[in-house]
Amino acid sequence: MTQTLTRPRQVAPKFTEPPARRARTFTRPLQYLALLGYVVFLGFPLLFLLSTSLKTPQELQSADPSFLPKHLNWANFGDAVEKADLAQAAGNSLLVATLTTVVVTVISLPAAYALARLRTRLRGIATIWILLSQVFPFILIVIPVFLVLKQVGLVNNPLGLVLVYTVWCLPFALWMLRGYVAAIPVDLEEAGAIDGAGRPRVLRSIVLPLLAPGLVATSLFTFISSWNEFFFALVLIQDPGLRTLPLTLARFFGAEGQVQLGQLAAASLLATIPSLVFFLIIQRRLTSGLMSGAVKG
Amino acid sequence: MTAIPVRRPRRRGDGRDAWLLVLPALVPVVLISVYPLLQGILLGFTDARAGLNQAVTFNGVENYTKLLGNDLFWSSFRIGLVWAFGVTILQFLASLGLALLLNLDLRLRWLARTLALVPWAMPPVVIAIMWRMMLNPTYGPVNEAMRSLGLPGDINWLGDFSTALPAVIVVGVWAGMPQTTVTLLAGLQSVSADLHEAAAIDGAGTWQRFWHVTLPGLRPVIFAITSLDLIWNFNSFALVFVLTAGGPGGKTMLPALFAYNEAFKYGNFGYAAAMGNVMVVVIAAFLFFYLRGQARSRES
Repeated sequence: MTQTLTRPRQVAPKFTEPPARRARTFTRPLQYLALLGYVVFLGFPLLFLLSTSLKTPQELQSADPSFLPKHLNWANFGDAVEKADLAQAAGNSLLVATLTTVVVTVISLPAAYALARLRTRLRGIATIWILLSQVFPFILIVIPVFLVLKQVGLVNNPLGLVLVYTVWCLPFALWMLRGYVAAIPVDLEEAGAIDGAGRPRVLRSIVLPLLAPGLVATSLFTFISSWNEFFFALVLIQDPGLRTLPLTLARFFGAEGQVQLGQLAAASLLATIPSLVFFLIIQRRLTSGLMSGAVKG
Repeated sequence: MTAIPVRRPRRRGDGRDAWLLVLPALVPVVLISVYPLLQGILLGFTDARAGLNQAVTFNGVENYTKLLGNDLFWSSFRIGLVWAFGVTILQFLASLGLALLLNLDLRLRWLARTLALVPWAMPPVVIAIMWRMMLNPTYGPVNEAMRSLGLPGDINWLGDFSTALPAVIVVGVWAGMPQTTVTLLAGLQSVSADLHEAAAIDGAGTWQRFWHVTLPGLRPVIFAITSLDLIWNFNSFALVFVLTAGGPGGKTMLPALFAYNEAFKYGNFGYAAAMGNVMVVVIAAFLFFYLRGQARSRES
């Protein structure tokens, strides 16, 4: 799904269309109108969430609510964090997502290299598995996983979740990373080898630095996927102290009334911040032309 | 993503090296993905139940004959198909429109582009919470906007039998637009500008160029992303679970939710796995015909 993000944008050369000039003055306003429609549809819910998070309970309950808060009430954010279970849940999510990211990166790196560079039957097998893993509904996998993890005592354990997330994130991480390795010209590796560098040296000083942006993007996607995941956590975590952030948020909404709405909105925004920051980083990293000029001609 | 052809001649050690390098990834995959998957498929032919020391016996197709008579399951299945196709088609049309606009040289494009990415970064649970607030009958801004326009403003969007499924589908479209838009935009940017120019010189209008140049060039991307969207939507769980939990009266009970309840509420593991098997077969059949249609139209 995210595959296309990773490809540097090909900017189509602009072309002018003299015959269509006259039509343009007519269609331009319509295009802006449509764009405005999209901006409202996509942006309004976010603005509403932000506005709610800044309202006092009194304002949220008033009979004649205004869309924007009368004055900014930041207390909701503080209250949301202070709620012990939310802070704890964020900690749990951070632990699980970080461990998953480390494990996925460490095991997918050599595998991606092998699949991109070596001629092996594994290539076909890996592709089939990556595609198949998308088709099967989670329910088929989660019951046996639940039974297996129960046997080894990893149900209700963050490590069990890390294990499941690792396998769940791996197809995509592998697919992305393989693409990044394949994009590094083999010439560079061969040049290094001719200059007398051994394979480990070539990998460390040539491949790894060039792979850095791809590695960053891949690990960020892994982190976000684990941070956001809900279904496996719902099945595998029962102990309230071990709940991840999505679980706690979902429960919070069910339990609290309208009065706590501001806090809930604030907590939801806080839960989104890591992913948002990562997306901004990725956007920048992807456009940095590290590869440009590495191989000329 | 196209691989750059490897010029290095095949060496003897390649196969063994590859296995060694892939092994660390292979072990967890086999243990936590392949084995459970096979066991899950098998479970669908047993009477397995939750709880320790339950004797598990194969009961052949008994689960499936039972499923045939289970009206609730089939109604959930129908809802799942309406949801999956509804979301996928609307998502595709909305994303195609947005991608076409983003591909133009419009002002404020950066804003729309950023906004189009945000739902991607949001946890599905947060999206669901946000839209539950949006659609709330008393304080939700959707009803308020309806009131200010003089329309009936007391609709219980997620709680009413007739509006729950459409409302949930709209949220599904909102949540899934980023992937589709970004993919289509990348596809649009790779459609050859030369062809466009040639068509324009030949006097083709905007609409004709869209229909005869853009759309055919985009076809592989369209088939890929709509297939993926269909699978993801059919199997989706978190969004609707938090939005409605399948209610009201099972009107938004997607098959994934139904099977989840069967397994973890009532403890019928075998029966739930059988539902999973039926879901795989149906989605695989759809994909088979859809992608075969694509392959055929490409040949002709």
